[in-house]
Amino acid sequence: MKVLFFGITKDIVGQRELSNISTDPNETVDTLIDKLTQDFPELSTISSLAISVNQKYAERNTKLRETDIVALIPPVSGG
Amino acid sequence: MIKIIEITDNLDCSQAYKQLSHPDSGGICVFIGSVRQSTKNKDVTSLFFEAYTEMAIGQMEEIANEAAERWNLNAVVLKHAVGKKDIQEPVVLVGASSAHRDACFEACRYLIDTLKEKVPIWKKEFFANSEEVWVTNHP
Repeated sequence: MKVLFFGITKDIVGQRELSNISTDPNETVDTLIDKLTQDFPELSTISSLAISVNQKYAERNTKLRETDIVALIPPVSGG
Repeated sequence: MIKIIEITDNLDCSQAYKQLSHPDSGGICVFIGSVRQSTKNKDVTSLFFEAYTEMAIGQMEEIANEAAERWNLNAVVLKHAVGKKDIQEPVVLVGASSAHRDACFEACRYLIDTLKEKVPIWKKEFFANSEEVWVTNHP
């Protein structure tokens, strides 16, 4: 599974992408965020983090598969 | 409906009329967002825009499609710039054309408001006092 980081989350993690993240059988967006926050505690300071899975916004309980591309979407500020 | 969606390093506003013009359209409405030299009483030197391009294009397509369902439109344009932008440079252009003006005025407002809510693009402000910050609200 691949995880992409944008905006402030890229600053916190230090790179655009983490590839080959292993997924547990019952991995969800929630469990993934928990793992990432353990490795990068500053992620928990972001006011509202949205998540996309394969380029669609996803709920926290969305199940994840090995082939998914997840992205951390901090508050958007386009326009 | 003509639909033009673009994420670009260099936003060319001069094409907007040609792209929105349509033989069935009597009204064309365009909104352009540009870089302002100050925000909350602090001097801004430039902005920087980052996009999750594939997802941003998809979200912009959805917004265009939603506008087409709500209003009778002949053409819709949504364009956003990425990279460093200086004071007075254009950053975003949205527009719509319709037979009469009500639809394109309302659709244009909807396009920019919804883009600002949903599209995965992020703005970083660079200030004269050397501060730099990712914007977290979207007024």
